[in-house]
Amino acid sequence: MAVDMNMNVLIVDDYKTMLRILRNLLKQLNFNNVDEATDGTMAMEVLSQKDFGLVISDWNMEPMTGIQLLRLVRADDKLKHLPFVMITAESKSENVIAAKEAGVSNYIVKPFNAATLRSKLVSVLGEF
Amino acid sequence: MPARKPVAKSKPKGARKSAKARSKVGASGGKHKAASRARKAAKVVAKVIKSAHSEADLFAELGKLARYIQDARKEIVALQPHEVKDKFLPSASDELDAIVGATADATNAIMDATEIIEDVMGGLKGKRADQLMEATTAIYEACTFQDITGQRITRVVATLQDIETKVDGLLSAFGTGNGKARKTRAKPKKPGKIEITDADLLNGPQDAGTASTQAEIDALLASFD
Repeated sequence: MAVDMNMNVLIVDDYKTMLRILRNLLKQLNFNNVDEATDGTMAMEVLSQKDFGLVISDWNMEPMTGIQLLRLVRADDKLKHLPFVMITAESKSENVIAAKEAGVSNYIVKPFNAATLRSKLVSVLGEF
Repeated sequence: MPARKPVAKSKPKGARKSAKARSKVGASGGKHKAASRARKAAKVVAKVIKSAHSEADLFAELGKLARYIQDARKEIVALQPHEVKDKFLPSASDELDAIVGATADATNAIMDATEIIEDVMGGLKGKRADQLMEATTAIYEACTFQDITGQRITRVVATLQDIETKVDGLLSAFGTGNGKARKTRAKPKKPGKIEITDADLLNGPQDAGTASTQAEIDALLASFD
């Protein structure tokens, strides 16, 4: 099935510059409907306001981290199937295992490039 | 649509039980250590008394010990720990915060210019447009340095705050501190800890030599399938 390029994408990171970089890279991949949140709590608030097709989240944020956000998303009946990609500088295997056990769709380690971002989104959403 | 409240996070029963068990192990371990230290101290005192041929010798030895402690105290005071705590460490933290701010400003300025190039690029087609697209993508990728740098500097600031607390403890021990060190984010690890908590998973960015590559992470994820 073709990927809906008009889907709403939520990007979550406590660094404003990283949000801007992600927004621009997603725009280059033709995802134009991008919303932002600066931590897990704000992300849950935004997710409750409209339908999203993808969440891309950092791990290390306060007060609610990315892994806690992922657990809340997977525990929510309406959101549990939402594709969730973690983009983080946490590269230890125990982090990857914890994220996988929490139901992450894919995992990108920072610093990343546009090709990696694209390939992981294709892996999660299908070819676009 | 009404805003949905986030689900309250609660620890599973097992986790609570384990924490309690860990606490018991920690308390028991602390008692054993204290007893062990007391036994060692008693042995040292007994050795000193035994080695002293007379009461005068014992007093002489104790006098030496007192002078040694006084000298150590003078040396620590000469290091001006108050200045380190009150001036140098906060100043270093402020400088590092300023670096994070400056790199964020520079990154935003670079992206302002790049976004203008992208707008102009919209009117182009063919090879030139592709070249510009590749160049702007490379700029955005390069800008991710700010995020990584910021996280590393934040860790250094937390370390400085730890040092500040330890210096304050030293000052208090010598009766010259105010005991008002800033609270640190880093907490000492509990003895006998077994489970990996969310806090244990906040260690990034890893050093280049120890960080997993994207390929290694992909392989680990694939092993779950």
